[in-house]
Amino acid sequence: MALLRVSSPHLSRRGNTGDVMLLVIMATLPGLAMLTWFFGWGHLINIVWASLVAVACESLTLLLRRRPLAFYLTDYSAILTAVLLGLSLPSLAPWWLTLIATGFAIIVAKHLYGGMGQNPFNPAMIGYALVLIAFPLEMTSWLAPQTLAIAPGQAMGFFDTLQAIFPFIAQAGAEGFDAVTMATPLDAFKHKGAITSEEFWASELVISPESWKAWQLVSLGFMVGGAYLIYRKIFTWHIPVSMLAALTLLSLLFWATDPSNYAFPELHLLGGATMLGAFFIATDPVTAATSVKGKLYYGAGIGILIYLIRTWGNYPDAVAFAVLLMNFVAPLIDHYTQPRTYGHKSTK
Amino acid sequence: MNKHLHTFHGGIHPPENKVQSTQTPIEPALLPDKLILPLQQHIGQQAQPLISVGERVLKGQMIAAAVGYVSAAVHAPTSGTVTAIEPRTLPHPSGLSEQCIIIEPDGQEQWTDLTPLTNYQQVAKETLLQHISNAGITGLGGAGFPTSVKLNPSQDLNIDTLILNAAECEPYITADDMLMRERAEEVIQGLHIIAHILQPSQCLIGIENNKPEAVDALQQAIESSHLKDQIRVLSIPTKYPSGGEKQLIQILTNREVPNGGIPADIGIVCHNVGTAVAVSRAISKGEPLISRITTITGEAVKRQGNIEVLLGTPIEALLTHFEVQQDQLHRVIMGGPMMGFTLDSVQLPVVKASNCILATTRKELPDPAPEQACIRCGMCAEACPATLLPQQLYWFSKSREFDKALSHNLLDCIECGACSYVCPSNIPLVQYYRFAKGEIRIEEHERTASDHARQRFEARQARLDQEEADKEAKRKARADVAAAAKKEKAAAQDNGEKKPVDAKAAVVQAALERAKARKAQKAAEAKGSTDTPAADTTEKEKQSAPAMSAVERAKARKAANAAKQPNDSETASEGEKKTGGLSALEKAKAKRAQSSTAPNAEDQATPASEKPQAKGLSALERAKAKRAANGDEQTAEVSTDAGSGTQAKPVKALSTLEKAKAKRAQAAAQDSGETDAPAEGKPLSAIERAKAKRAETVQTPAEKTTPASNTDESAETANKKPMSALERAKAKRAEAATQSESADTETSEPVTEPLEEKPAAPMSALDRAKAKRAEKAASQAADDSTADTEKRD
Repeated sequence: MALLRVSSPHLSRRGNTGDVMLLVIMATLPGLAMLTWFFGWGHLINIVWASLVAVACESLTLLLRRRPLAFYLTDYSAILTAVLLGLSLPSLAPWWLTLIATGFAIIVAKHLYGGMGQNPFNPAMIGYALVLIAFPLEMTSWLAPQTLAIAPGQAMGFFDTLQAIFPFIAQAGAEGFDAVTMATPLDAFKHKGAITSEEFWASELVISPESWKAWQLVSLGFMVGGAYLIYRKIFTWHIPVSMLAALTLLSLLFWATDPSNYAFPELHLLGGATMLGAFFIATDPVTAATSVKGKLYYGAGIGILIYLIRTWGNYPDAVAFAVLLMNFVAPLIDHYTQPRTYGHKSTK
Repeated sequence: MNKHLHTFHGGIHPPENKVQSTQTPIEPALLPDKLILPLQQHIGQQAQPLISVGERVLKGQMIAAAVGYVSAAVHAPTSGTVTAIEPRTLPHPSGLSEQCIIIEPDGQEQWTDLTPLTNYQQVAKETLLQHISNAGITGLGGAGFPTSVKLNPSQDLNIDTLILNAAECEPYITADDMLMRERAEEVIQGLHIIAHILQPSQCLIGIENNKPEAVDALQQAIESSHLKDQIRVLSIPTKYPSGGEKQLIQILTNREVPNGGIPADIGIVCHNVGTAVAVSRAISKGEPLISRITTITGEAVKRQGNIEVLLGTPIEALLTHFEVQQDQLHRVIMGGPMMGFTLDSVQLPVVKASNCILATTRKELPDPAPEQACIRCGMCAEACPATLLPQQLYWFSKSREFDKALSHNLLDCIECGACSYVCPSNIPLVQYYRFAKGEIRIEEHERTASDHARQRFEARQARLDQEEADKEAKRKARADVAAAAKKEKAAAQDNGEKKPVDAKAAVVQAALERAKARKAQKAAEAKGSTDTPAADTTEKEKQSAPAMSAVERAKARKAANAAKQPNDSETASEGEKKTGGLSALEKAKAKRAQSSTAPNAEDQATPASEKPQAKGLSALERAKAKRAANGDEQTAEVSTDAGSGTQAKPVKALSTLEKAKAKRAQAAAQDSGETDAPAEGKPLSAIERAKAKRAETVQTPAEKTTPASNTDESAETANKKPMSALERAKAKRAEAATQSESADTETSEPVTEPLEEKPAAPMSALDRAKAKRAEKAASQAADDSTADTEKRD
């Protein structure tokens, strides 16, 4: 009877990183459901395609790094990156766009820095930023919302979407479906030009109420998912709340002073990828600040940057850039926001 | 009843697993076939055994005494025989061995005489503490700190709160729970005694709310207590690790124990309820600490429960008693699952701090999962009760950046395991911190050792430097004196008149003159000619005349060398004892130089010049003189003075060439057996004497002028210390030889070069040795006399 010799502690909460990742993926489902309902199969196909690409790239890199495949693939971090990219990219993004974004995210932004836990930047956002800058046309072709998009005959069916994404899948005799693309509300608002906000909203040509409503519901879906994750203690409330609060405050400030030129806060909060960013992207633990105070500063920084870039920057949706910029700052924030240890007087 | 409770940061809620072991009451102690009692069951110094192998001990008898202040005694848990006192493996994470007393019980359970203190309130505090210390009571909560020390906080600390730690926050352990359920009165009695010693203003009992029966039992016991207004039982939320002393204090009082301090620093003393019971038994019944309640639990034992265990009981006996299933037994932990340590064998004994034995199956506590990459989720920081940053500590420990880990307060980690419990990547965080703490301790140790070594090295360097400096100072002093003398002599010479600068110079002068006179006399005797007038002249001149110039001295030397006999070289040189401690070598060289110059020494008794002082001619001048002497032998102008002057000079090392030349000159000046003007005043230098002797033995037995001169000198010299026996012997010998020698001086063979390593004519080894010894002794004597001269000045 040989007794095991290990040192304490002998108990641990059963679970591993894969469980956390899977839970996060599950939490995106409400938002994904909304997206699929309103915008068709595109996002789902993109997610599947991106996952395949991600797993392939990760396997390749792990083989090069001589790591055991099963152990590293089952932490599902690659799949989570793929899911986030699939949600962020336009639903009709060509297959090669997704391929480039995902491949770059996995290989360069994650493994070249040392693998999971070692990357300083959010890999999904790195991939997104790369393709946004490289392929602006494709990245700004968003599908117009089609209510009951999955109803047959009304909108793009599954295979139509598939064909749009993978044009080489040629079905003999099938006609290409002409998708109706439309800018996102944020995009549209940014490029409204000289007309005032009120006119902008009144004009249905620029943005339709359905489109706006669709985007609102998508954002609310992501919010629900995020709240569930907070409930399950996957992450704390600090980053999402501080980010949204900062964004709200800033947009409120500017909108209150000049309503005709600045978007009202709800547009910022519910239009675009704000909610997705708040709950799924900014809270990525590897790249965020770790201390409680640090998280507040980090989230607030993202919120402020989102507003700045959206209003005065070149891009309509700034979540990716804001997050990446705050990734730079996170270590500095960590350094200056260490909590006071028990028994010590608080210094600095 | 419950006052407002605070909380501590973090904490976890692991599954409690306590219900299995609270189904049955505490079982009475079982008597194993042997008891193993380590002498170190506590924090502090090891106890000292009081008994020897083979002795019979009684139950409760002290078998090992506390050593020092922080130490605890060990008592025999039952009556029996001491079978061994030997090293045994300790129940400790290290698995190291220490001295243990092995007792074989005899089954009689015979108690020793017990001395209770029934009226403890009237007894002095020191007596109570001594009694508790004699009972060997240490903290039974797990740390094992000697209780009497904890009950004696420093005088300047004001203790206002006494806390009894009844939290028992670790899963599986129920020992304190059952103790309180069954023996609450003893707990309160112990509380009374401790409160009497510490005199706090309030007593708090912190107990987790998963022990309602124990709370009730305590409440009942307090009802009948005279302190019941001061005692409060506070039921705290169940959270691990509320039972940690610092955490419990924070919950109950919202005070934080300062970093590096103890709870007494903030006016709080915290004891385990088991310790309180032990104190109560020690004071009221006189029973020492010989048993404790231990929980035996885990799925590998069929029955689970609590048992009162005699200290030293092997765990195997307990496991067997609780029906362990050997094939399922995978891990044996002493303590709880969060902070307990695994045991390698079941032969190890129960000690004072063993509150639980956890025998688990593989399914119950699976093997640790493989470590994954840290995803920086921060759950560890949320769980840490010490508000540390476990993530940062992990990074620093992993990369061996121990100074950064220290600055992140690694040493504040209480190793509770909450961080690794919550880690989703299964990182063994506590193991990393233990590793880092160990490395830091080793580095600290090495640094202290190297600091110590450096201090010793520096002290040694300082000592050596000091010795150097002292030597230097001495040499400098001598040099200064000699320089002063030289300056004075030069000044006198320039002026052409005798001008003793100071009394010292005058005495030196006198000594030199005496030496000269002696030399002259010797020369006179040796030659059989009337040297005395010359000697007298010399003496007179020496007394009156100032030192000759270098040139004159050289000339005189030449003459002297031409005239004198080789074997008399000493006589001249011997007078030249310089005050500044002319070394034997220098003297010898001077002598040699003199003998190599013109042999007319005694004829040229320097009229005027006193013996020049120590530092006379330079080496160059000497060499020149020598060369001149070699080339011009018959100049008989060298006066004793010159010769003396030459000799008196501090002889710098002559080059080999010069040595050879001198030798040749010596050889050439065969018949120049002239003696220099007998030196007066000072005795012949040791070298001179020795060389003379050597020369004598080499050439003819007649060449023994040295002793003659010696005796002359000794007769003439005033203020000389009595000649040593050696010198007297030498003198006698010389005298005997001188007579015969004088006839042979003309035809004496070449005198051996005084400085030669190998004499031209072979000398017997014995003679050489004698000569060397004589030289040394004489030079020593000469030095001493010189010193004496100086002193007298």
